[in-house]
Amino acid sequence: MEENIRPPLAVRARPWLIALPALLVLIGILYPFLTAIYYSLTAYAFNRPGSVDTFVGLRNYTRMFTHEDFLYSTYITFAYALLSTGIQLSIGLIVAMLLNRDSRLAKIFTPTLIFPMMIAPVIGTLIWKMMMQPSVGILNPMLNAVGLPSLQWAAVPETALFSVVLVDVWMFTPFAALILLAGLRSFPSAPFEAARVDGASFWFTFRNLTLPMLTPFIIIVVVFRLMDSLKMFDIIFAMTEGGPGNTLMTYQLTAYRTGIQFQRLAQGLPYAILLYIIIYITSMYLIKAWGRAQRRAAGY
Amino acid sequence: MQSKVTSNRLAAILSDGFLALYFIFALFPILWMLLVSLKSGEQLFTTQFIFTPTLENYQAILFGDPRAAAGVVARQEFPKYFMNSLIVSSGAVIVSLLVGVPAAYALARYKFKGKEDLAFTFLSFRFAPELVVIIPLSVIYRQLGLYDTYWGIIWVYQLVTLPLLIWVLRSYFEDISPDIEQAAMIDGYPWWRIFWLILLPLVRPGLAAAALLAFVFAWNNFIFPLVLGGSNVQTVTVSALGYISSAQAFFNRMAAASVLASIPQIILALSIQRYLIRGLSFGAVKG
Repeated sequence: MEENIRPPLAVRARPWLIALPALLVLIGILYPFLTAIYYSLTAYAFNRPGSVDTFVGLRNYTRMFTHEDFLYSTYITFAYALLSTGIQLSIGLIVAMLLNRDSRLAKIFTPTLIFPMMIAPVIGTLIWKMMMQPSVGILNPMLNAVGLPSLQWAAVPETALFSVVLVDVWMFTPFAALILLAGLRSFPSAPFEAARVDGASFWFTFRNLTLPMLTPFIIIVVVFRLMDSLKMFDIIFAMTEGGPGNTLMTYQLTAYRTGIQFQRLAQGLPYAILLYIIIYITSMYLIKAWGRAQRRAAGY
Repeated sequence: MQSKVTSNRLAAILSDGFLALYFIFALFPILWMLLVSLKSGEQLFTTQFIFTPTLENYQAILFGDPRAAAGVVARQEFPKYFMNSLIVSSGAVIVSLLVGVPAAYALARYKFKGKEDLAFTFLSFRFAPELVVIIPLSVIYRQLGLYDTYWGIIWVYQLVTLPLLIWVLRSYFEDISPDIEQAAMIDGYPWWRIFWLILLPLVRPGLAAAALLAFVFAWNNFIFPLVLGGSNVQTVTVSALGYISSAQAFFNRMAAASVLASIPQIILALSIQRYLIRGLSFGAVKG
């Protein structure tokens, strides 16, 4: 009836007015983002205050891309993220399916599932570091008890990545399991009963019913875990600060070491900005895929 | 028939076996932290599971170490770190609630240009590598006098708490039928009274759960207070590193501090279990 009449300005502006406090915070957060981009184009080092005015164009970026450690840093960033996300997703899926049964053990354990994830990542890592420690640790005695040799865990390059991924898997598999369990519980029972009546095998039901319907939930897990592990700082820092040597120097750790510890802000920032671009594009893509998967799953 | 029953039985046993194995892996480190926190200095190196428990570590971190030798840091500052964590985490949640609840409502109820972009921008802060903002903030904070202050940390914690609150609350507001508001509007209530008297009570359980979860994430944060805070605002997460990076490693003290620093979150997690999944997934999974 009055669709052609534009509502008065006061009404149109209302959502913006309601959101105004949040928008102010938003500006306060965006400002350092923009400053970060500006700094990355200068020669800024904290111990040379005047250097903030020296504009160097993209030199910090070309320096990063041509740095001898850049390829390795890229490799370790992605290796850490893909390994932890992949393992969490697999174990999380198995645990979710096992918890989604009528079992007394499942009922007892479900409330404790979240515990490792609620402890601060730094503190959780320190506990593991303590367990891996050669004199007071418990993991090596346990390995020895079943006839396996002691490991040097994060202290040597060979097992350092394994050690931090282990902690990440311990901490965040509950996230994958909880989200996937919520997915499994949201399924209608009719198609599964029909499959059972028809005598479909476990694998057939899993591949043709469970997995397609679970896809939106799997994507949610991947969005959160992949993005978080690409920028993981706490676990790696608490375990080895990026060492031994440069074994665990991911983009985040390199940005920290260069920008904060060595105070060369302008040289550290490109690593963080590059990581942000990678994360932004990947998460946009995954969130779109999530929308598609949701519509497709709803079609069943 | 007989063999089918046995194979089902076998599957159930194997399933429970794997589940038990997973939960040993998940819960053992927590149990071990508790055990170590109850060990004296010598027992730390000579015993594993069987020992005489002692509370001296808790005593030492809470009230100071009476036997601390000269030159050894007597770390009794734990209550101060705990208070710091409490102040910055609750401060961050309160600020996020004040600005986030109205924003979540606007994003859920109104159609306006750029709405999805705005919502996604808030979300993208959750995924941004912290160092993008920390590096410039380490300069800006020193210029503004915010370095090593509660307000400085509360401000930067908005990156942690605000996206979570806005997205989770938005999903709760969207669940409420607009008919309720329409009916109240016809009765002549202004929109802000409808919001305050009708909508807010409806989302209150979700609101409380989201706020508690935001509190946990703020409490657990490490990198922001590590770089942007000094000794004034040192939180439990930053101080935990101090126990074992000093010349002598105090594993048992660190374990005691870890237990005390983890108890609040475990209790909170148990109390908001029903709302946990929606909170953890930012409203994407209704749980």
